[in-house]
Amino acid sequence: MRRHLLSVDDLTTDDVAVLFATAAEMHDVQRRAVKKLPALRGRTVINLFFEDSTRTRSSFEIAGKWLSADTINITGKGSSASKGESLRDTVLTIAAMGVDALVVRHGASGAAQRISEWVDASVVNAGDGTHEHPTQALLDAYTLTRRLGDLADRHVVLVGDLTHSRVFRSNVRLLTRLGARVTVVAPPTLMPSGVEAWAKQDGFATSWDLDAALPHADAVMMLRVQRERMSGGFFPTAREYTVGYGLTRDRLALLGDEVPVLHPGPMNRGLEIAADAADAAQSMVLDQVSAGVAVRMSVLYHLLAGEEPA
Amino acid sequence: MAGVVGVPTELDEHGRAVMDARDVSRALTRIAHEILERNRGATDLVLLGLPTRGVPLARRIAQRIEAVEGAPVATGSLDVTLYRDDLRRQPTRGVHHTEVPPGGVDGKVVVLVDDVLFSGRTVRAALDALADLGRPAAVRLAVLVDRGHRELPIRADHVGKNLPSALAERVGCRLEETDGRDEVLIG
Repeated sequence: MRRHLLSVDDLTTDDVAVLFATAAEMHDVQRRAVKKLPALRGRTVINLFFEDSTRTRSSFEIAGKWLSADTINITGKGSSASKGESLRDTVLTIAAMGVDALVVRHGASGAAQRISEWVDASVVNAGDGTHEHPTQALLDAYTLTRRLGDLADRHVVLVGDLTHSRVFRSNVRLLTRLGARVTVVAPPTLMPSGVEAWAKQDGFATSWDLDAALPHADAVMMLRVQRERMSGGFFPTAREYTVGYGLTRDRLALLGDEVPVLHPGPMNRGLEIAADAADAAQSMVLDQVSAGVAVRMSVLYHLLAGEEPA
Repeated sequence: MAGVVGVPTELDEHGRAVMDARDVSRALTRIAHEILERNRGATDLVLLGLPTRGVPLARRIAQRIEAVEGAPVATGSLDVTLYRDDLRRQPTRGVHHTEVPPGGVDGKVVVLVDDVLFSGRTVRAALDALADLGRPAAVRLAVLVDRGHRELPIRADHVGKNLPSALAERVGCRLEETDGRDEVLIG
């Protein structure tokens, strides 16, 4: 593996297989009374979050702690960034304290990449704007692999606000690379521009019709409607979105009760996912959360445990 | 693994076999009996193999104990990668599977099983890993080969063969399950 994890493109399929094998072992550790491994003793991991996050940040924090790294959280609000310090100065200041890894979330696409050019520490992208969120894609694919086995030729349907979704961008890249057949479904206004060319290149299908896609799905991944990134006008009313693209009780029936339903969280209950679907036995939402810790432990371990590259 | 990962190619070309399949089998049978004698039966016994080759060895010893006692013996594997003291000295290692038998290790007599005992560092890591899993009543160590050159105050309770070796020599173990045949080589 490379020194940074900025994009799922940094990973070969062999890297992914190794990460998943390690994650499976880390997952078992979560069931133990003592959930602590000494592998990253003496290492320091800083979570640098310029955007709100509950699960990703706490997931990275727990992952670091369970590997015995010292983990510190810095949020954009209440940091010097709000006093007008530039991103570069903030990052260089933190790096000068001698950290081994920076886990970065930032509202600007490409922020993690820029930061990796400024510092010697390993950089993990925990979400940059509407670009990528590689550990989310890894944990989703890991969750699906645990449930479905090999993803080759499995049909995964991703539904929702594709335009604003970094989860979609990372997921579609990783899932197609692992051999899954992917269909992405969104209303025309939330379908990213230029998606046709990309779909052709990476080999996935696009659709505006959720009801047509669901009966053939081996798994469904609902994406959050990101109201905070929308300046309005993407759909007339929330009700209309739900009717067209929400995973309602009726659509859940279309799926049958074996097909796993994923959502990266946080969920807008009643908007993109009905409570019946969110709480159904086939809902993997909480499995995704626990897998998230295991996968992030695996990522931190593989980035930080070995010798410094020459 | 203690000291050697698999059998290096040099050993294949210049190595001398010091144990063949029948030697390995006899050694494991004796170790199984020693464990039983020491433990006065198979009660509360847990055999944990250290990956990779300690795992099939633990299974084989368990089979022999079961044949004598007529009752199943709890067997599992204990990966020590995350507890090693040399993690930062080499590229990141993959992690092997840890399988703790359903009864756990609390209050049990745990026998750690490995193929080659060398510096003792693997066993040190295994003791730390075991402490995170619970509190065994006692921990013992069984190895197929003890080649000496300890760097830590660790010794084996049950040894298949004591093999005096020079520090520069390599000792490798092959097993049917992992390598297609049983033998121990030195060279």
